[in-house]
Amino acid sequence: MSLNLPQILSPKNSQRIMNAIFVCSGLITVLILIFIIGYILIMGLPVVNLEFIFSNPIDSGRAGGIFPMIISSIYVTLIAGIVSTPLGVGAAVYLVEYAGESKITKIIRFGAETLASIPSIVYGLFGLAFFVVSMGLGWSILSGGLVLAIMALPTIFQVSEVTISSIPSSYREGSYGLGATKWQTIYRVVLPAAIPGIVTGIILGMTRAISEAAAVMFAVGSALSVPISMFDPGRPLPLHLYVLATEGISLENAYGTAAVLVILVLAVTIIANFLIDKYQRQIMGR
Amino acid sequence: MEKNRLSEFLIEKGLFITAIFSIVIILLIVSFILVEGIPAFENYGFFHFLFGMEWGPSRGQFGVLAMIIGSIYVTLLSLLMAVPLSLLCAIFMAEVAPNNIRKILKPVIETLSGIPSVVYGFFGLIVLVPLVRTYFGGTGFSLFTASLILTVMVLPTIITISQDSLRAVPQEYREASFGLGATNWQTIRHVIFPAALPGIITAIILGMGRAVGETLAVIMVAGNVVQIPGSIFDPIRPLTANIALEMGYATGLHYNALFGTAIVLFLIIGLLLLVANYIQYKYKVDIGGGYL
Repeated sequence: MSLNLPQILSPKNSQRIMNAIFVCSGLITVLILIFIIGYILIMGLPVVNLEFIFSNPIDSGRAGGIFPMIISSIYVTLIAGIVSTPLGVGAAVYLVEYAGESKITKIIRFGAETLASIPSIVYGLFGLAFFVVSMGLGWSILSGGLVLAIMALPTIFQVSEVTISSIPSSYREGSYGLGATKWQTIYRVVLPAAIPGIVTGIILGMTRAISEAAAVMFAVGSALSVPISMFDPGRPLPLHLYVLATEGISLENAYGTAAVLVILVLAVTIIANFLIDKYQRQIMGR
Repeated sequence: MEKNRLSEFLIEKGLFITAIFSIVIILLIVSFILVEGIPAFENYGFFHFLFGMEWGPSRGQFGVLAMIIGSIYVTLLSLLMAVPLSLLCAIFMAEVAPNNIRKILKPVIETLSGIPSVVYGFFGLIVLVPLVRTYFGGTGFSLFTASLILTVMVLPTIITISQDSLRAVPQEYREASFGLGATNWQTIRHVIFPAALPGIITAIILGMGRAVGETLAVIMVAGNVVQIPGSIFDPIRPLTANIALEMGYATGLHYNALFGTAIVLFLIIGLLLLVANYIQYKYKVDIGGGYL
């Protein structure tokens, strides 16, 4: 990959030029983010107030608020978290503590990678064919939550696996030395030590779930009312934004919905970062 | 003790079940997509489906070639813009930037990857479409607009993974190069970049996978006309958009044809994953075998 540039530039000068280019590329990346988030917030925040958040949409979203969408989003994300956390953490524990580096580990890791790379619209089709039609769950919060659980699974699994395998083996040896069984060691020693990392994984998985629209658009229905039971249809925030924007229903409310979504995601990212930072310091401190 | 042994055994088996769950899900997804999609191939002919130019569900025509080409164009154009920027940014973060700047950039990139795709699409619809319309003509809904949005969306993927592979290059390589009197840029160009290349290629291919699979952000700005675009300012309809746009009301063979579209999408993504794994495997051998 060596670029045979003619020796017009001295090494020192080319170093200076490249440094400038590098700084520019970093700057551009930051500016892109600031521009997108800033634009959405500046246009959207004036719309967002308590009434917008806590009232029902009027006339399919032309006026009124987004309360049912916020409830739907929380509802599907919670279901996704509740279903995928035990599966993802359980799989990570099995791989690190029981399977070791074996063929089955490689297969399961490959499975998680494949799950992570499936396009969200394919999840949407699967949700429709499997949960909605075959299992007879209909267009419901439950169907949507289950699709999102599958999508969040690889994230939770991968982060948990990395965290659990980074727990020093001296912890386990100490526990075995006291006569604990394997499961007692995992439950009392390994998992508590790994909790911050696992929580980070769960948060990252839930972020993926709360921002997803394509995967749930054929599973969750598109109801405008507040879902009460998990068999009711709903309409999570991203889906609402998509409908508002593409059907040209209300630009103003679309801005408001987008701003709420961005704030949610920003808040979650900040919390996750805080946890990672704290966790790393904890480990280093020991 | 007996009771303990039994419960240990049960727990291990229970954990094993959670571990194979992702494999089971993949098999389920693949089989459901195949079962619903294959009837379209049977009724319409696989090659007819794959290389047909006409997509007209009401007339019973299901050729997806224009959409395959649309997907490929939009992916390549976005990579053309995203790869240089993200590689420079990754090198900046891994090799050039001081620690405090790195600490600013890391959360920026995480946030970029966390923004919901619908928000990107909305931003494209509101800001980029009018810009493209004003400066380049047409409706503004185009291959180019979709590529711009995808460029931003694949940046975090490519930056994060290539940065990791740059940082995985052993410190001795840098020290040896500096010891020979090389500048930082010479070191990056002749030592670190070649050593990190397999990881960087993997990063690009995974970014490609994300671009091919992205749906709603693209729908909102691509115009969605089924055609092979004559210029980058013509509207296009990628495979993903086709599924999302028509699934809501499709029945019968049309329904099957949309699952067939998903199979095609699946094949493209599968191919990309395969290439990624192969290249990584091959280059790793090259490096170990004295490439450096």
